Amino acid sequence: MTQSSAAAARGVAAGAAADAYPRIVAALIRVTGDWTLAEDSAQDALATALERWPVDGVPDNPGAWLMTVARNRALDTIRRATVERRKLRDVAVLALTAATGEPQPPDEVVDDRLRLIFTCCHPALPLEARVALTLRTICAVPTADIARAFLTSESTMTRRLTRAKAKIADAGIPYAVPEGPALTERLPGVLAVLYLLFTHGYNADGEPAFAAEAIRLARLLAQLMPAQPEASALLALLLLQHSRRAARRDADGNLVTLDKQDRARWDHTAIDEATALLRDLPEDGPYALQARIAACHATAPSPEATDWATIAGSYDRLVRLQPSPVIELNRAVAHGYAFGPAAGLELLAKARAGGALDDYPLALAAEADLTARDGDHERAADLFREAAARTHSESERRALLERAAENA
Amino acid sequence: MKYMMFVCVDGDPDPDKTDEPDIDEWVATNDAKGRRLQGHVLAPKTSATTVRVRNGQLLISDGPFTETKEVIVGYDLIECADLDEAIEVARTHPMARGGRIEIRPFADFEQ
Repeated sequence: MTQSSAAAARGVAAGAAADAYPRIVAALIRVTGDWTLAEDSAQDALATALERWPVDGVPDNPGAWLMTVARNRALDTIRRATVERRKLRDVAVLALTAATGEPQPPDEVVDDRLRLIFTCCHPALPLEARVALTLRTICAVPTADIARAFLTSESTMTRRLTRAKAKIADAGIPYAVPEGPALTERLPGVLAVLYLLFTHGYNADGEPAFAAEAIRLARLLAQLMPAQPEASALLALLLLQHSRRAARRDADGNLVTLDKQDRARWDHTAIDEATALLRDLPEDGPYALQARIAACHATAPSPEATDWATIAGSYDRLVRLQPSPVIELNRAVAHGYAFGPAAGLELLAKARAGGALDDYPLALAAEADLTARDGDHERAADLFREAAARTHSESERRALLERAAENA
Repeated sequence: MKYMMFVCVDGDPDPDKTDEPDIDEWVATNDAKGRRLQGHVLAPKTSATTVRVRNGQLLISDGPFTETKEVIVGYDLIECADLDEAIEVARTHPMARGGRIEIRPFADFEQ
C-alpha cells in the first residue's frame, strides 16, 4: 500500500470510527449491561482498525467490521472473568454470542444510541456527571480532556464517571427511551445537557471545548427523533452560535461584540443549514425561538439591517414559554431597537421590578444604552459609569467607560 | 428490583392543591399491581429513640438522630422493573407534593 493510500485509510478509519463508535458502545451496553466493558471493547476495536486498515485496506463495511472486533473483544474479556462472577458471565456470553455482527438488530424499533443518550442524561444522575458521561461514553472524549475543560483533576473526573456508572447499575436506571408523556417530560433535560456541553467547558484559548461534539450529538438526536421539533431547533441554535467562531475574537484575542464582527468570516454553510432546519419546524419551543433570534442576527447583511421587529416578536413568545429576568432584559433591548428607546425603557423597568436584575451589570448597561439613544446623555453617562463599576470583566469595564465618555 | 421509599416531610409543601392524589387510592392501586410489598406510617418523631453502642456501652437518647426539618414519616417497600417505574410510583404518592420521597434501591450482593 502506498503512503498516500495509507493516509487515506487512516482518514476513512477515523471517520468511520466517529460514526460507528456510539453505535458499538450503545449495542454492547444493551447486550452486556457493562458500561466499562463496552467502552474498553469499542476503544480496542478502534485502535485495531487504525493499525490494520492502513495496511490491509478498509473493509467494505467498516461499521460491521468494528462491531465484530469489539464484540469479540468483549467476549474474550468476559470469558477471562473470575469464577465468582460465573453466573453473570455465562448470561453475558450467551447474549453476546447470540448478537449478530450488525450493530443494530433489525427488529429493534429504538436505536441503541438513543437509549444511550437518554441514560447518560438521566435526571437521577448529578448534572455534571450527565455532561461528563455523555462526552466520555458517546463521544469517546478522553477523561483527561473532559477534566481539563471543566477545570478539575483527571482523578476527580474519573471518580465522577465511576460513581455515575455505579449509580446507573445500583439504582436501576433503565437503558431505555421513555415513552408517551414521560418522553415529553424528559426530552428538555436531554437537550439541556447537550446545550450545557456546548456552552460549558473551555479549551486553553477560552473557546468552547466541545462545540463539535455537541453539534454532532444534536445532529444525531435530531435525526433519531424526527417527530421532536425541539431536537432540530437545538441543532439549529448550536449551528448558529458556532457559525460566529472565526469572527468572535480580534487579532489580540479580545472578544468582539456582534455588531463589530466581520460577517464575511461567519460560517455561512452552517447558517444556511440552520435556517433550513428552522423553516421546516411545525411549532416553536424555547430552543426554536432562541434559534430564530440567532438566525435574525446571522442572516442580517449588516448590524443596521437586523430585523429587530422579528427578534422582538420572538422574545415576546419566549418570555411566555420561559419567563426569566434575563430574557425580559433581552426582550426590552430588542423592543428598544425595534420600536424606539422609550418602548425598551418601559419594558426594562418592568423587568427590573422587584430587584431581579440588581446584581446584573448588563441590565444597567442596557438601560444606559437605551437612555443615551433616548437623548438623555447626562443620565446615560452616569449609568454607564455605574455599570462599569459593577462589572467583573476588565474589557467590559473599559468599553463601558468609553461609552460614558462619549455621552459626557 | 426492590426499592425502599422513605416518605418525608420537608417544611416546603406544594401550595398547588389541584388534583391531589389520595393515599388510600395510591395504596390500593400499587397493592393490586403487586408493586407495593409493604409500608406504614410512622408515629411522630417525638416518639423516636436513638440507640448506639460505643466501647461496649449502650447509649440511648430521645428523638431522631438527625436534627433537620426533613423527617421520615413513613415508608413503602416497592418492587419495580427499574428506577423510572419507581419514580412514577413515587410521583403519584401524595407526599411527593406534601414533602418529598427518597427512593433507595436494595443493595445487590449478587454482583
